[in-house]
Amino acid sequence: MNAVVTESLEPLIAGLRSRGFTVVGPTTRDGAVRFAEISCAAQLPAGRGDEQQPGRYRLTERHDALVFGFAASPDSAKRYTQPPRQSLFRMREGTVEEAEAEAPRIALLGVRACDLAAIAVQDRVFLGGRHPDPAYRKRREAMLLIAVNCAVPGGTCFCVSMGTGPKATAGFDLALTELSDPHRFLIETGSGRGAEIVTTISHRPATGDDISAAEEISRVAATRMGRQVDTDGIQERLAGAHDSPRWAEVASRCLACTNCTMVCPTCFCTTVEDSSDFTGGVAERTEVWDSCFTLDFSEVGGSSVRGSGSARYRQWLTHKFSTWFDQFGMSGCVGCGRCITWCPTGIDVTEELGCIL
Amino acid sequence: MHPMTSAPYLVRSRRPDRADTVTLALKPVEGPCPPFLPGQFTMIYAPGVGEIPVSISGRARSGGYVQTIRAVGAVSGALCRTRRGDVVGVRGPYGTAWDLSAAAGLDVVVAAGGLGLAPLRPVIRELAAHGSRYGRISLIVGTRTPATLIYPGELARWRDRDGIDVQVTVDHPDLAWKGPVGLVTRLIDRIVFEPRRTFAFVCGPEIMMRATAAELVRRGVSAARVMLSVERDMKCGVGRCGHCQLGPLLTCLDGPVLSYERAAGLLAVREL
Ligand SMILES: Cc1cc2nc3c(=O)[nH]c(=O)nc-3n(C[C@H](O)[C@H](O)[C@H](O)COP(=O)(O)OP(=O)(O)OC[C@H]3O[C@@H](n4cnc5c(N)ncnc54)[C@H](O)[C@@H]3O)c2cc1C
Ligand code: SF4
Ligand code: SF4
Ligand code: FES
Repeated sequence: MNAVVTESLEPLIAGLRSRGFTVVGPTTRDGAVRFAEISCAAQLPAGRGDEQQPGRYRLTERHDALVFGFAASPDSAKRYTQPPRQSLFRMREGTVEEAEAEAPRIALLGVRACDLAAIAVQDRVFLGGRHPDPAYRKRREAMLLIAVNCAVPGGTCFCVSMGTGPKATAGFDLALTELSDPHRFLIETGSGRGAEIVTTISHRPATGDDISAAEEISRVAATRMGRQVDTDGIQERLAGAHDSPRWAEVASRCLACTNCTMVCPTCFCTTVEDSSDFTGGVAERTEVWDSCFTLDFSEVGGSSVRGSGSARYRQWLTHKFSTWFDQFGMSGCVGCGRCITWCPTGIDVTEELGCIL
Repeated sequence: MHPMTSAPYLVRSRRPDRADTVTLALKPVEGPCPPFLPGQFTMIYAPGVGEIPVSISGRARSGGYVQTIRAVGAVSGALCRTRRGDVVGVRGPYGTAWDLSAAAGLDVVVAAGGLGLAPLRPVIRELAAHGSRYGRISLIVGTRTPATLIYPGELARWRDRDGIDVQVTVDHPDLAWKGPVGLVTRLIDRIVFEPRRTFAFVCGPEIMMRATAAELVRRGVSAARVMLSVERDMKCGVGRCGHCQLGPLLTCLDGPVLSYERAAGLLAVREL
């Protein structure tokens, strides 16, 4: 492992900002860890932890100096890779103006291994097919990813089952492991850009002790998953489970509130909104996040193909764990646990899978 | 260009087919119109109102697309109300095509329900133009009432000039109607084809396609040789909005034209 050690993230944040990056990192707001622009390391949620269970999220006090002592937060990189609202174009009589595809230079600090896996899923969706999205490509290329290896997985995490974590192995520019006694960060580089940034901050080479301490963090984290899923043959097993009585059971608890899809880092479904100015001369199209939990999502000929809640829950869950493989050659779930934590009625995909399969 | 950006197209001509249906010829404001395969669709944008998938029903003499649209809601209504010279947005063509080469040398059954005749029109024109490449050619059409039949003039020409066996049935006859009454599947009895050497193109409401395909297969046509065009809600047409999912398929990319062999199991699952 080619790694270095630094005592503080201050020079890293300052260095990124001086290179024109907007640094976006975890902060605490509204009782949760939320991504926001930060200008110094003091804005990171030092000493804060979280407690996550189905339908339950609480910030806690950790009584230590860890700044990344919490698990996945409701925000994910999706907010930046695929913004919730995007203007597509304006049409005025015979002319079409594409929205200025400015790609902000964002350094996203604190991305977890599951979220890197989710970005890889989105790359497949938006760049891997017959109709690649140049605006997405620009945003991705302008984005610097600074991962954090999880030390304290949440009660709803199951990245080990999904093979996506807890240690970041690919897709990052830099990856941090936060170590204590003494408090320090081990930094691994994952790209030329990352390596170049490391040269500008004060650091020392990692010792064997630093490296084994970091390995121990990831090893222990892997044993502390809040949840697990048996993924063996899951694609086929789920495809054959259309008639399970469990769909109706879970639908009786599901509010179709769409929370699970909004917090999911891989859910990519969108719809389009149209508007025009007062004279009707300029028409604008906007793409916004959508959810397969809404009734009008699958409307054909005046009625919804998936009129029942059980069909909509089945669509969502089979898409994540089965038909995503057919469409994109990979799983649509990365095991971040957000949909479990943020479901108001505490519906737990891992539990549902256990009952259905 | 972004896959969601429309190109401006001019409405070159507008022909009302019936009270609620018009056929538009659309041509790019600038540059050539991308080629299409029979069965493919475009996403047509009514500025400020919305965008819908519409099958291409032919190539216009002026070089653009011919598309037949029925006003059933806000967007289709706005498109049907456009006038010659108006500008709309068009993206595409998208989706899979009717495989005409697979039908070569075989008897061909074309079955249309209602507006399903529009996406089949390029198929029938090809069959009419190159009849010798195929065996017996039959076109069966079901429509609600005699007044809702689209392309009546062309149907007559296909029958009288091109030697296609054209049969039409209606659900609700009027006083003048002398032809068959009832479902399009009943016309299968009235046409001549050798099931083991037959290729079929079927388009219409899902229930009509299921019944027709099942009946053809029951008579011995291979399910792999029965093609249908599946309709699902579509917002993007390019595999990024998720609306058109049919189990493992994204209908906009893997369809709309599918073999009954592939579609049968999917269409049999309720609320898939
Ligand atoms: C691949 C493909 C090809 C197609 N090809 C064609 C084609 O060639 N020609 C064509 O005309 N169409 C075609 N369609 C269908 C066409 O896309 C739809 O008719 C269109 O999307 C309807 O959109 P809309 O906005 O006009 O109607 P919407 O307002 O979205 O209405 C959609 C449906 O809801 C019904 N509806 C709306 N409001 C109500 C209400 N209050 N109560 C009850 N029902 C209501 C309408 O009757 C309509 O059936 C195709 C679709 C696909 C997927
Ligand atoms: S389905 Fe749930 S656990 Fe899986 S990636 Fe989405 S939010 Fe995370
Ligand atoms: S968050 Fe829970 S209640 Fe809301 S749609 Fe998802 S499963 Fe249903
Ligand atoms: S129409 Fe958007 S994914 Fe198919």
